[in-house]
Amino acid sequence: MKPVHTNFMELCFNARSENESFARVAVAAFLSQLDPTIEDLTDIKTVVSEAVTNSVIHGYEENPEGVILIRTEIEGTKICVQITDYGLGIEDVTEARQPLYTSKPELERSGMGFTIMENFMDEVMIHSKLGEGTTIQLVKQLTPQSQQSLVN
Amino acid sequence: MALHLDVKRSKNVLVARLDGELDHHTAAHVRKVIEEELNHEWVTHLVLNLEKLEFMDSSGLGVILGRYKRVTQMGGKMTICSVQPPIERIMEMSGLFKILQMFQDESSAVSACGVAS
Repeated sequence: MKPVHTNFMELCFNARSENESFARVAVAAFLSQLDPTIEDLTDIKTVVSEAVTNSVIHGYEENPEGVILIRTEIEGTKICVQITDYGLGIEDVTEARQPLYTSKPELERSGMGFTIMENFMDEVMIHSKLGEGTTIQLVKQLTPQSQQSLVN
Repeated sequence: MALHLDVKRSKNVLVARLDGELDHHTAAHVRKVIEEELNHEWVTHLVLNLEKLEFMDSSGLGVILGRYKRVTQMGGKMTICSVQPPIERIMEMSGLFKILQMFQDESSAVSACGVAS
């Protein structure tokens, strides 16, 4: 039996809004070795953007000195992205997951971040502790490109 | 900046064309520019042309909803056009199309505003 291909990468950066785009592009670049479909890649970029934005706005309340850590793991065709901040933490995780719920309506937040994560990924796990921070774990089984390449 | 915004006037309709990526970082600029333009007396309606918008997350939804509230309060109509499929999916998920009409091209989106005035 062929051993399952595994790989990982870690990124550590300041909680600045200009790093939101860097984070999603970096994760997508790492995962491009799996030759994912454009759709899967767009989904992953979107959820990384959601989680990092949450850390910037809610975790650190836009204090740019905050630190965000991303660990991306590959296990065969399954990917896992873990986004961690050491910020305020989420008071009520169940409430935060509700579609259209936002604790910051004055900032024009749509309250759709977790709903998008749940729709685009197979698993969304939230570990949060008040005053210590939040880790979001996102898991997705990538769509195989194989069917297409078998035909060609 | 990873987002370029072009605004133009078509009678009493403000047309904003977004080019690039709309996230929390670029949303601030989009909000500021459109809000300033909406202060002009001639503006009644707003059209967002998203033909060249390559990426959008929930921060983009917030900006769109915010402008929708403002334009509706002004008694105007807001429409969007030329939405790329991945962005359309996020909009669909959030129920945005229950309040916003989407069109294939800019001229249809602009005339839809005209009809309402």
